[in-house]
Amino acid sequence: MKLRKASAITGSLATLPLVLSACGGGDIAAEEKENESQVAAAGDCGELNMAVNPWVGFAADAYVVGHLAETELGCTVNYKDLKEEVSWQGFGTGEVDVVIEDWGHPDLEKLYFEDQGGDGSAVEMGPTGNVGIIGWYVAPWMAEEYPDITDWENLNDYADMFETPESGGKGQFLGADPSYVQFDEAIVANLGLDFQVVFSGSEAASIAAFEKAEANKTPLIGYFYEPQWFMSEVPLVKVNLPEFTDGCQDVAQDVACDYPETQLQKIVATEFAESGSPAVDLVSNFQWTNDDQNLVAKYISVDGMSAEEAAATWVEENPDKVEAWMS
Amino acid sequence: MTSAPTTEPGLTTSPPQTPGEAPGRVAPRPRRVVPLWGWLVAVVVIWWVASRIGDGRAVLYLPGQETTDFQDRFTDLKADLIAGRDTNVLMQVVGAVSDAFNGVVEQLQGLVSTPDLPRPVPQIGWLGVLGIAGWVSLAIAGWRHALGTMASLAAVGLLGYWVDGMDTLIITFFSVAVSLALGLPLAVWMGTSRRVNAVVTPVLDVLQTFPAFVYLAPMALFFSLGPAIAVAVTVLYALPPVVRISAHALRSVSETTIEATTSLGQTGWQRLIKVQLPMARPSIIVGVNQTMMAALSISVIAGFVNGPGLGKPVLRALTAGSNQVGVAFIAGASIVFIAIMLDRVTTAASERSELVARGGGGNRRTHRIVLAVAGAAALVSVYVSRTYFSFAEFPDTEVGPKVAEAVQSATDWTTSHFSGLTTGVQETVTTVFINPLQDLVAGSPWFVTGLALIVLSQLLAGWRGALSSLACLTGIYVTDLWYDAMVTLTSVLVATLFVMVVAVVLGVWMARRRLVDRLLRPLLDAAQVMPSFVYLIPVLALFGPGRFTAIVAAFIYAVPVATKLVADGVRQVSETTVEAATAAGSTPWQLITKVQLPMARGNLVLAANQGLLFVLAMVVIGGLVGGGALGYDSVLGFSRGEFFGKGVSAGIAIVLLGIMVDRVARGAAERDRSAPGLLARLRTRTPAHHLS
Amino acid sequence: MSESSPALQVDGLWKIFGQRADKVIGTPDALLSRADLKAKNGCVTAVKDVSFDVAPGEVFVVMGLSGSGKSTLVRCLTRLIEPTAGQITIDGEDVTKASESQLRELRRHKVSMVFQHFGLLPHRQVIDNVAYGLEVRGVKKAQRRQQAGDLVDLVGLTGYDESYPDQLSGGMQQRVGLARALANDPAILLFDEPFSALDPLIRRDMQNEVVRLQAELKKTMVFVTHDLQEALKLGDRILIMRDGEIVQIGRPAEVVARPVDDYVRDFVSDVPRSHVLTLEYVMRAPTPEDSREGPVMSMDTIVRQAAQAALASAHPVQVVSDGKLVGIVDDDAILRVVVAEESVPTAPTKQAV
Ligand SMILES: Nc1ncnc2c1ncn2[C@@H]1O[C@H](COP(=O)(O)OP(=O)(O)OP(=O)(O)O)[C@@H](O)[C@H]1O
Ligand SMILES: [Mg+2]
Repeated sequence: MKLRKASAITGSLATLPLVLSACGGGDIAAEEKENESQVAAAGDCGELNMAVNPWVGFAADAYVVGHLAETELGCTVNYKDLKEEVSWQGFGTGEVDVVIEDWGHPDLEKLYFEDQGGDGSAVEMGPTGNVGIIGWYVAPWMAEEYPDITDWENLNDYADMFETPESGGKGQFLGADPSYVQFDEAIVANLGLDFQVVFSGSEAASIAAFEKAEANKTPLIGYFYEPQWFMSEVPLVKVNLPEFTDGCQDVAQDVACDYPETQLQKIVATEFAESGSPAVDLVSNFQWTNDDQNLVAKYISVDGMSAEEAAATWVEENPDKVEAWMS
Repeated sequence: MTSAPTTEPGLTTSPPQTPGEAPGRVAPRPRRVVPLWGWLVAVVVIWWVASRIGDGRAVLYLPGQETTDFQDRFTDLKADLIAGRDTNVLMQVVGAVSDAFNGVVEQLQGLVSTPDLPRPVPQIGWLGVLGIAGWVSLAIAGWRHALGTMASLAAVGLLGYWVDGMDTLIITFFSVAVSLALGLPLAVWMGTSRRVNAVVTPVLDVLQTFPAFVYLAPMALFFSLGPAIAVAVTVLYALPPVVRISAHALRSVSETTIEATTSLGQTGWQRLIKVQLPMARPSIIVGVNQTMMAALSISVIAGFVNGPGLGKPVLRALTAGSNQVGVAFIAGASIVFIAIMLDRVTTAASERSELVARGGGGNRRTHRIVLAVAGAAALVSVYVSRTYFSFAEFPDTEVGPKVAEAVQSATDWTTSHFSGLTTGVQETVTTVFINPLQDLVAGSPWFVTGLALIVLSQLLAGWRGALSSLACLTGIYVTDLWYDAMVTLTSVLVATLFVMVVAVVLGVWMARRRLVDRLLRPLLDAAQVMPSFVYLIPVLALFGPGRFTAIVAAFIYAVPVATKLVADGVRQVSETTVEAATAAGSTPWQLITKVQLPMARGNLVLAANQGLLFVLAMVVIGGLVGGGALGYDSVLGFSRGEFFGKGVSAGIAIVLLGIMVDRVARGAAERDRSAPGLLARLRTRTPAHHLS
Repeated sequence: MSESSPALQVDGLWKIFGQRADKVIGTPDALLSRADLKAKNGCVTAVKDVSFDVAPGEVFVVMGLSGSGKSTLVRCLTRLIEPTAGQITIDGEDVTKASESQLRELRRHKVSMVFQHFGLLPHRQVIDNVAYGLEVRGVKKAQRRQQAGDLVDLVGLTGYDESYPDQLSGGMQQRVGLARALANDPAILLFDEPFSALDPLIRRDMQNEVVRLQAELKKTMVFVTHDLQEALKLGDRILIMRDGEIVQIGRPAEVVARPVDDYVRDFVSDVPRSHVLTLEYVMRAPTPEDSREGPVMSMDTIVRQAAQAALASAHPVQVVSDGKLVGIVDDDAILRVVVAEESVPTAPTKQAV
């Protein structure tokens, strides 16, 4: 009895693939041959190790460059999902070649840039063309309802409104993902603002909070930045802090000014820069605008494309820009 | 019973306890003049008054983005490590191990997951994998499980994560293999030497509670990014269960049996191989199962350092925000399928092997024929999967996106409709529960809180409890994260309280109604293995960032374990006792409160302890959703090199908090003689990751 | 007392449990009472200066209250517990000086033990449990299984070869334990309260089993029990322990008849004397006026067996040893033992051996 049941199952199991194979696809062996001949004819690019730091804008840059390296230069691209810290560690061991978007990491530069006393495993490779704008932002509905809130000097008038059970009787300022360089605690203290910095803990948490605030029309102020795909969904409004001047952020405890506009940089492994790989030129030439990045980021996070698909789509749509990088 | 001496193994193996000094064992303790709760209330009242007087002074608050000398020392240490990495011998040695790990994983990937160039596809395609997995399950666990295994794998493929799923399996199996290779000899050593046991056990404690997040970055200095570090991190986290449980099982082998067999002239080796290992085998298999589950539960964390597998899509979806909750869900669901599959198969395999070892398990000849037929089928499927593309690469289906979309719209609907209500809940609970308690615990001068905690430990767990609390609190003071630690302690206590309330309600309900049990258990299992990263976004959308959200995340993670323990405890209350109580005219309420819960006390304590440890394991995740305090510090330390030392300090503080609450719970259990065997279970933490 | 050399010889054996046990031996501390020593440095004297011999083929019973050190004593004999001091000689070999491997040889070939809680291997069938001793000394599978099979039959478990221990009753499990001990064909068998976990009827069966096996196999046995009935039934001699020390060693009748102190007297107070005492302990010295027509019996005739003949005859019993008249037993002496359960004869004729 048991035997019959079991062998019936295994029997049908055995026939299943045969039935299915009738509608089976292409020929693996053929393609294997083809690959072999391709390997023989392959270019001199070799492997390209792209770090992918955990935000969508980064992935947009990384996959566009990676896509081109793969399709145009014949590189084998390895995408490595890593946070900034670990990515930079990887320069020295050859595990990471490119960090395509860097927002400025003074501490890491000190460790890895030769001219700053580091081990010289990393070098800068010029701007990506994206301009990072970091600052304090409020939900759009607030800027509409309270136009003067975008000036820091009026913030104390609204402090009460921002109070939450998390903020200990003061107004709540939503601090950022810990990955970002930030001085909000100092700014609050030094500008004499009646706020308490409460850290969201992650970009995802910050986005969720702003999304919720806009949807429910609840007050929220916090650290944010662009380019960032979320800005196209909920266009947060920047609050003007005292203008940035050179050196005003040099001593963390004394910061009382706005964040500077940041030219986002490409950082590469020194070894990679000197390797003569055709990918070096590609990375070096790569430059685009905030809108370009935002578009790819939107493909990924709103339209639900995979990063590869999004990159391929964009490359297809923008042949002239791509052309400039490939020369 | 032949095992009389082993019913309370924990007690007899307790090293520092000489028979003479056990309190309450020699003579019954005199009744206290003031009952325990009276003392507790008194302490809390005095504490509260002192905190009013202190009025926010001496709370040792350290702003989020500041560090101290103690913490910077670790940062410097890491910088030195980086500076000297070309000459560091240890790093070179580990580098070799790392290469070996990479080599093995890449081989396996070429076998089943990634194209094995120049082949455009892996050596064995999905159909072949299905065939082999089905055959193995059939051989070790029976045909039901074979079907279950194939269905689970097919589901992973249908959801669109075949390749990542294979990677997860590869990392899991390889890590478990390494864990066993290291862990079993270690367990044997611990099982035979009391001293080794005493030295290794705390190390295991630390491995299990120290947040992996904190050591990811420095580990990345030793192990290459990707497979090697994923395996290393997984092994570190997954090693303790199998070591702990196996060592305990080896120690618990009946003294008489060992003596009896020794009296026949066996050698030490014969004793190990022929007596101890076979007798401990069922427990060792439980340990292996636990290790497997632990390995899966850390698979997402490994995604942070490019670990191959399902962690990556989960994390990627997390960064893409609320639009990708559905995608995160299906990736998480794939982990759930794999976890439940592995759990069921290993459990069934161990039961079955027990049966077969005793000559049961049906006709052997029949079994062999079935296996041969199925083996042939598996071979055919392997062949087919090597020949045709559509059986090599899992075909794209619409299933994954459809499910993702459905989940997405369900969460969107929920969050948009309930977010007003949930905000109210969040605000109320924070104001009514969390803030007052935090004002007391974190807002009192540090020495007041410290003293109060030590006195409470003494009341609950005796002098040894007080002493270990003193040591832990001293350590926390040294890390310069006192305030953050106290905030975290508050959240942990509140979360555990909620966990226990819900666990008791659900557990009793499950124990009393079979149907409820049958419906809830799979859900609980799934909730237990669903990576928390999956539900962070919806929870954030409902409650916004903050301590409450962190508590909710911890709650979701810890409730399943606690609930199952309560349910099992209540169900174990003997039929006759329940009958007798019913015959005496008890109402159902009386039955529950006066009979079933008191008699299940052992399991309740265990549930609380496990719940606490699970909540503590979520502190770092809580840091990602606004939980602040130690969780934030750990994430900060991982995210930014200059705060590494702060992260390490936070990790230490978390471990110390864990040890403190765990020792108090154990101390309380030790005093509670009504639940034999409880202590041993607390020590081995047996049910930690176990499903059902 | 025996012509051949003893099978087992214990000389000045000590076992002290505790941290610095070996430092205690030879100091005045060693002479402290158990409670005092424990209070002083936490050490427990489980066996205190014990010496005795066991003759080949003898059943030597060790008795005493719980905690008196019986288990420790028998375990010391094969160094399952390491003795603190003293000498143990088995078959001319000094066990205390034996190396690990010599010790294993001893355990594999000369001495086996049966335990109170059986100590069977739950994952092995009966036959493999019995064969375990053969297995560890490297006997080939077929041969050891065959030998073990014979023993399974010998202890009356025919047909249960392939059962697992937990499928057997307690009594059957202990038969397995017995067979396992016998499998090595040892000269000496040690028993540590082997039957106390069994219920009374089964226990009696098992005792009979031991008696039968003893008659058949003629092993030397050291048998720990706290059941006096059992001791009397099986023992050729009995050693009574208290707090690790020997209180008395003697033949059953002797112990019952002449307890050396209240501890022993208490111990034996419940025994039906007529079942134990021999005429030796109830006779009086013959006088010339005694009738010489009563039944003639040997000195080690048990009173109960003598009773009927003695009472049937009008004349007192004449007790003879080596054909010589050594004592006279009157009817009332017999009645005092059988009916009134008294033991002390009017005047002992001579010291026991
Ligand atoms: N491992 C040990 N460590 C310390 N003391 C021990 C140990 N084993 C036995 N003892 C002590 O030695 C004494 C003798 O114990 P033993 O087990 O030999 O007594 P026993 O006569 O066999 O008792 P029972 O009839 O209960 O089996 C007891 O006081 C016991 O507490
Ligand atoms: Mg004993």
